[in-house]
Amino acid sequence: MFALVANQKVVIDWPCFWVVLGGSFLPRGVYTVLLFKMQFMLLFSRQGKLRLQKWYVPLSDKEKKKITRELVQTVLARKPKMCSFLEWRDLKIVYKRYASLYFCCAIEDQDNELITLEIIHRYVELLDKYFGSVCELDIIFNFEKAYFILDEFLLGGEAQETSKKNVLKAIEQADLLQEVWWFQIWPLSLLVFSRISPAKPRHEYFNVPVY
Amino acid sequence: MLIVCWSPVMVEVWNGPGDKKTVEGPSRMPAPIRLRELIRTIRTARTQAEEREMIQKECAAIRSSFREEDNTYRCRNVAKLLYMHMLGYPAHFGQLECLKLIASQKFTDKRIGYLGAMLLLDERQDVHLLMTNCIKNDLNHSTQYVQGLALCTLGCMGSSEMCRDLAGEVEKLLKTSNSYLRKKAALCAVHVIRKVPELMEMFLPATKNLLSEKNHGVLHTSVVLLTEMCERSPDMLAHFRKLVPQLVRILKNLIMSGYSPEHDVSGISDPFLQVRILRLLRILGKGDDDSSEAMNDILAQVATNTETSKNVGNAILYETVLTIMDIKSESGLRVLAINILGRFLLNNDKNIRYVALTSLLKTVQTDHNAVQRHRSTIVDCLKDLDVSIKRRAMELSFALVNGNNIRGMMKELLYFLDSCDPEFKADCASGVFLAAEKYAPSKRWHIDTIMRVLTTAGSYVRDDSVPNLIQLITNSVEMHAYTVQRLYKALLDDISQQPLVQVASWCIGEYGDLLVSGQCEEEEPIQVTEDEVLDVLEGLLVSNLSTPVTRGYALTAIMKLSTRFTSVNRIKKVVSIYGSSIDVELQQRAVEYNALFKKYDHMRPALLERMPIMEKTASNGPTEIVQTNGEAEPSVVEAKHPPPVTQPTNQANDLLDLLGGNDVVPVIQTTVPTKPASAGGELLDLLGDLSLSGGPAPAPATSVPSSQPAFLLDGLTSPPLFNDIAAAGIPPMTAYNKNGLKIDFTFERANPNPNIAVITIHASNSTEADMTDFVFQAAVPKTFQLQLLSPSSNVVPTLNQGTVTQVIRVLNPQKQQLRMRIKLTYTHKGSAVQDLAEVNNFPPQSWQ
Repeated sequence: MFALVANQKVVIDWPCFWVVLGGSFLPRGVYTVLLFKMQFMLLFSRQGKLRLQKWYVPLSDKEKKKITRELVQTVLARKPKMCSFLEWRDLKIVYKRYASLYFCCAIEDQDNELITLEIIHRYVELLDKYFGSVCELDIIFNFEKAYFILDEFLLGGEAQETSKKNVLKAIEQADLLQEVWWFQIWPLSLLVFSRISPAKPRHEYFNVPVY
Repeated sequence: MLIVCWSPVMVEVWNGPGDKKTVEGPSRMPAPIRLRELIRTIRTARTQAEEREMIQKECAAIRSSFREEDNTYRCRNVAKLLYMHMLGYPAHFGQLECLKLIASQKFTDKRIGYLGAMLLLDERQDVHLLMTNCIKNDLNHSTQYVQGLALCTLGCMGSSEMCRDLAGEVEKLLKTSNSYLRKKAALCAVHVIRKVPELMEMFLPATKNLLSEKNHGVLHTSVVLLTEMCERSPDMLAHFRKLVPQLVRILKNLIMSGYSPEHDVSGISDPFLQVRILRLLRILGKGDDDSSEAMNDILAQVATNTETSKNVGNAILYETVLTIMDIKSESGLRVLAINILGRFLLNNDKNIRYVALTSLLKTVQTDHNAVQRHRSTIVDCLKDLDVSIKRRAMELSFALVNGNNIRGMMKELLYFLDSCDPEFKADCASGVFLAAEKYAPSKRWHIDTIMRVLTTAGSYVRDDSVPNLIQLITNSVEMHAYTVQRLYKALLDDISQQPLVQVASWCIGEYGDLLVSGQCEEEEPIQVTEDEVLDVLEGLLVSNLSTPVTRGYALTAIMKLSTRFTSVNRIKKVVSIYGSSIDVELQQRAVEYNALFKKYDHMRPALLERMPIMEKTASNGPTEIVQTNGEAEPSVVEAKHPPPVTQPTNQANDLLDLLGGNDVVPVIQTTVPTKPASAGGELLDLLGDLSLSGGPAPAPATSVPSSQPAFLLDGLTSPPLFNDIAAAGIPPMTAYNKNGLKIDFTFERANPNPNIAVITIHASNSTEADMTDFVFQAAVPKTFQLQLLSPSSNVVPTLNQGTVTQVIRVLNPQKQQLRMRIKLTYTHKGSAVQDLAEVNNFPPQSWQ
């Protein structure tokens, strides 16, 4: 759509979008955005279905959908042996595939792509720990949990915690604060105790939320 | 009894959240289905339509539940809405419900409410401001997880109004001893500063003790906060330079400390924090000798001690290299950094190779020789399967081309051009042209290279390459025979590459006599007869592959051959056939040439004489036109200008007018003594061809002929008039004049493409202080293309003592009215200034 540009030929989309040298590609009312790190994160399946979206820049729904569609197509078209980075508009896209899911982050030109891969990997590890060998279905059925974990790990596009243990601890304690059904049926917990298998993650038994 | 009574609940628990039976809620309505149940149902939909129907039904239920102000199931409904939103269905009607959930006392409600707010709301809707008060209350909540939710939401989507209102709370939380809140508050502060930079000072006191914190989460976020502040304000940068020793110490502890399970990532202690500290060091050390000195040792240590078998290690090394390159580091350290990148190039991991190429590209200007040593590895990356890597390798390869290695590098790059994907061809071709022009070891090599590009990627080259090549060929007199022979052979092989065919036709027309004479010193001469040559050219005229422009070239070439070959009758016949061509342009030419045969045959040899050597005209303005032999020679430039004397353009017979006009004879007579004047006429016409090739648009076709008669007459009979027009050019304009900063535009028309306007900006400063960090940016509508060259400086000196100039090239193929928006940023008296302006009053000559 647009790009900018010293010493380089560019096409700029006229009507509404303005671009800042080395800055955000996104249309901004103010030009203070020079340092946005991660701009958004998308999770989508091999079939191109969106599983999670986190936007750290304000955009209209229409724009979000357009970006998502374009990006999903581009990433899915890439061959498995290609590198995990791709220049798209004036952003860098860092993506990685885990089983049937693609994790895809948009970062700025100045950012370190390799550490972004580590951030993606860390998030996958957190999901894995929380759900117990996570699969796509876990994320579909518990998408809100996946968001909670993401928000406990990243804030405004920056990592807020570098220890896995601390993130999971915070999530579990917050989970306990949720008003769950099992609190109301606690006398039964004795009856059901024998049926809990350690293979199943805890939340499936105890954190059945009201929603 | 008890068991029977509880059984529905029990079943619900056992079968998980998707059980069909739902617990009776306190509401009068039947309880809505659960989120998991909804997801399961939607996933059973076989078609898009079925899914849409289910969702519509559910949405209707949710809406009515919202209308009933049902508190019990609001959370469930919003959660379901969020799922539908992810599937791409509208969910805006849940926005207010999110706010209600946030205001609820229950943690589950708050958690879903904040999640919904982050997904459904953003600063574009005013609704988000209603949240401000709730967030404020929650920031002061007694439970840290509620506070955490509020901080997270503020840090993710807070608008500037919200940030202004809540900055105080954030600052307070930044000072707490609770590390869970402190780390979130630090990132929130980053967001606040991004939104409202003037609030930065407020967080300054709180930053004092941030780095002495033990918790890595707080340390990491604090470093992010410090980075943000340093990048935004030079004062902060100077202030925080004193932190360098402390940062060095933290980094040292990280790499020296033993295994710490909590922060270990495949053998490396907290890579996230290390990368962040390295980045902050980079900003602090940039342009500062003392700080750079203080971090030299630790950078060397990180560079040598980091384990590189895994991606994490390489991530740290990569960041280290960037830091070394940016700060004023010792030369030994720089070599070490380039060598790390060289090692990266050999890595099996494509990602690592990619970052190596990217960073080498950044450093190639400063450390050219060091990068040059890795040339062969870089060239090997051209063969990579991955487009991202290929593109980077191509850019880097062009950056590495110089006079010494041009032959070898070009061989590789031409090979790449042969085999690469279409998306690379245009860039690669123009890269080859540029490099060849700059470093060509010999003319023959230069011509060979360009011809090679035209044969392999002909349809991808830029329009102006045809006139460029023709100019090059004309100027290398000793190569004419060789060139025409090569081009003739190329034509026999392939007539589909239009640019090549055009150049070949032009050359055959011009040097056909050399072709048939078989005198070629450079190569084994080929034996061709005149008829064979004419066969080929006529073949071009009838071929389906030829564009109208190419046909024009071919017809003119045939015409020119009438003075070089003996078979004039055949040529006459061909020319007369096209007198009734359906293509107006071709018909016009044919009619003109026919007239030349019939009425003015005595002038024909002089008119069709060989072209004089063209002077190289750089992209200078018309004022610098060189005149030789009394003829304005580089009329390539002139032809592009709007006709100085505007007469109704009569396309069909301009040449006839020219020749048939009463004043023609005197004109020719006056110039005969110097040089056959008719050559001038022909020159113009042929250059008309060149400009035609500039674009298929009808615009040049009409403007060129109309300018010719006027030019020929004015230029030859009264040279002063011509000079006046040329000198007047396009009037300059003032694009911006505010706060003492004045920006003037001056215009030139680029050579040889008439569609490029070259605008030079001149920024001057009438205030009593320098404007530093001056950055000029421009944007144009989509139909234009813009190229900004580097500015002469980034400081606009005070009191108009000098100007900053910067060249903008605007490609305007459709000749539309030029519009431009400009953005200016500079630092004046210590404060950053930004301004936007729209420039609409461009003089019409600059775009017509």
